[in-house]
Amino acid sequence: MQWTINGQVREAEVDFRTSLLDLLREQFQLSGTKKGCNQGACGACTVLVDGERINACLALAVQYQGREITTVEGLAERGTLHPVQTAFIEHDGFQCGYCTPGQLCSAVGMAGEFERGLPSAVTQDLAAADLEWSRDELRERMSGNLCRCGAYNGIADAITAALGRELGEELTR
Amino acid sequence: MRAFDYHQVADSEQAIEQAVRSRQAKYLGGGTNLVDLMRETVERPQTLIDVTRLSRDIDETAEDGLIIGAAATNAALAGDARIRSRYPLLSRAILSGASAQIRNMATVGGNLLQRTRCAYFYDVATRCNKREPGAGCDALEGFHRYHAILGTSSSCIATHPSDMAVALAALDARIHLRGPEGERQLAITEFHREPGERPDLETELQPEELIVAVELPPLPMAVRSEYRKVRDRASYAFALVSVASMVELDGETIQNVRLSLGGVGTKPWRAWRAEAALRGQPATEATLAAAVDAELAAARPLPGNAFKLELVRRLMIAELSQRLSDARNGGDA
Repeated sequence: MQWTINGQVREAEVDFRTSLLDLLREQFQLSGTKKGCNQGACGACTVLVDGERINACLALAVQYQGREITTVEGLAERGTLHPVQTAFIEHDGFQCGYCTPGQLCSAVGMAGEFERGLPSAVTQDLAAADLEWSRDELRERMSGNLCRCGAYNGIADAITAALGRELGEELTR
Repeated sequence: MRAFDYHQVADSEQAIEQAVRSRQAKYLGGGTNLVDLMRETVERPQTLIDVTRLSRDIDETAEDGLIIGAAATNAALAGDARIRSRYPLLSRAILSGASAQIRNMATVGGNLLQRTRCAYFYDVATRCNKREPGAGCDALEGFHRYHAILGTSSSCIATHPSDMAVALAALDARIHLRGPEGERQLAITEFHREPGERPDLETELQPEELIVAVELPPLPMAVRSEYRKVRDRASYAFALVSVASMVELDGETIQNVRLSLGGVGTKPWRAWRAEAALRGQPATEATLAAAVDAELAAARPLPGNAFKLELVRRLMIAELSQRLSDARNGGDA
């Protein structure tokens, strides 16, 4: 079986039962992606597949053959941190750090969804083409990532700052 | 998790051929529920047939409705501009369910076939008639805050967990099926079964039969439709109660109405009795109250979920009042 992981083609023969999460951690020693609940509730295992965020714990590795997978190890480019990573440092978006890789990948995926105009459950007018950023939008869109330390204020500040930079506007949380 | 064979197929014909050839096969969509249940050994298929390469297109029908390939992801459906403008309650319902990560994985077909999140169904150390027919039900005298009050039986009180399906029930969606005997369609309200004596049989799907598409009939009144969900936390939780609704007024008379409920039924619950009590009646508070009474007359609450009666009442009245107000202000929009 073959996957493209952080830009590199990787191969392994694994049992069909292997989750994408276990493939990354156990086969390829990419242990940045974390195993929290292993049932899709906490988001610690969030990775990007073809740019879209998913829970690697609920994904069977065999089903994702041939896809482009980005983990937290692949967010930085040539030694330069991804803007979301930088923002997490600036805004103290963590305490113990266990949820952080999932938060980072999720935030990158979320920014893409927002830029593509995908609404959320709290978007007032679903038919409107233009989305309006708000604190409620952020909290709703990131609800699939739990932080047991409760570092949410820093996380929310970091993501807001990073998205604002990307959109070229000052966003308030 | 028990070992299984895995097959990826390119179309529905291959999928069905593979299912006919295989022992104890299950179709695999995004896996967000099935993989979890396999890990708990609640589901023990010997073969998985990956149907995520089947059609995920969303196309116009000749009647000005839409037809959605069963492999479309929940996120793709919720984000589609035509769904957002013509059937906004469906967008809202999907976006109210699960998390963004799960909506990116989960398919439309899989959403319809997801199993209940009843904790006793999940816990193989407890008794569950859905898991093991005839075993008994530990939810009846257990923790059943999240369980159903409508469509229940002495065998099962598990709720159907889907938000999407509640919106589809209000829209009279049609489920397109394909099996070894050919193709057929079922109304979504005929697709899921009430538990009765056989809570293990959740749908009318026959062996090897596959959901290939979901069709939304044209419904101009759905432009002003909404879905509102009440749950224990603000996001990423299953419904305690949810309401999908839309109304059409002729002066102050309720000309037409669609109403369905989530979180309270053993299947996505179309509120037929309430609709019948509303249609043709004056748009007054008394009418709304009578409609709620009509729907809840058949409710069978238990000590742990009796609070849902009041919650359903308030949510239905609040939502219908809002729809009526929107209809008065929106004219023919």
